[in-house]
Amino acid sequence: MSISEFLDMGGYAVYVWSSYGITLIVLVANVIGPLRLRRKLLADIARATRRARRKS
Amino acid sequence: MFNNFFHKLASPKYFYGFSGRLLPWLATGFILLTLAGLYYGLVKAPPDYQQGDSYRIMFVHVPSAWMSLFIYVVMAGAGAIGLVWRIKLAEVISISSASVGASFTFLALVTGSIWGKPMWGTWWVWDARLTSELILLFLYLGIIALHNAIDDKRIAARATAILAIVGVVNIPIIHYSVEWWNTLHQGPTVTKFDAPSIHLSMLIPLLLMAVAFKLYYLMVVLMRARCEVIERERNTGWVKQLVESQ
Repeated sequence: MSISEFLDMGGYAVYVWSSYGITLIVLVANVIGPLRLRRKLLADIARATRRARRKS
Repeated sequence: MFNNFFHKLASPKYFYGFSGRLLPWLATGFILLTLAGLYYGLVKAPPDYQQGDSYRIMFVHVPSAWMSLFIYVVMAGAGAIGLVWRIKLAEVISISSASVGASFTFLALVTGSIWGKPMWGTWWVWDARLTSELILLFLYLGIIALHNAIDDKRIAARATAILAIVGVVNIPIIHYSVEWWNTLHQGPTVTKFDAPSIHLSMLIPLLLMAVAFKLYYLMVVLMRARCEVIERERNTGWVKQLVESQ
């Protein structure tokens, strides 16, 4: 099987690859989401702690 | 000892450390199984005698659909445990499952639609399987919206748990929809009681992807739960220590 044959997916290339592409995008987004949230949370808490310390 | 482990695990601080050590293993397992699944599914498995190569959408569609049901049951089960025994970690696992569950439901619907176009000649039909899966997506979105609408985390957890438990009636409806009603959607080929009517060369990548998606869910739900735990425990000593050590 050649590469172009593989990519053509027996004429169903658009359907097969768009399915796998959308799946990849959604799975990656679900990992990036909590990674960013964690960084933001830790920064928020650090800021709040500094503020509280300055007040006291 | 076993009991003791679960007792310790339920403490947020211990859970945070333990899940942090687990994550790299889950990520590695997910990536290896996915690569193997893709290789056997896209390269090794022969084209289907009726559907040609379009059937390869199955290797993401079917595991996504399985996960959409599995995660819902976990979410409702953990919600019920949180409701009855007031275990905070169960509440956290329950709500942390909602967005990844919604994502898999979305994927099952979209990849199914993309598969339906060349095979059935239509993107969408209002039949039992498709409609009940769409209702599942709305249940997930409703649970996320309800949780975001309530500020008090404990009250939010109780409200979403009740909604999730009520929504469980939809799960057997989705599963049996292809048997109870006439539908365009094909019947089960793997979860039948007699031998699965799918060739081994197609069954292997399907199962590889299914296990990969399970590991992926475990990874994402732990990542989300860790954020939720930090947020809930932000005023405790161990979280402050964690923030300072970063």
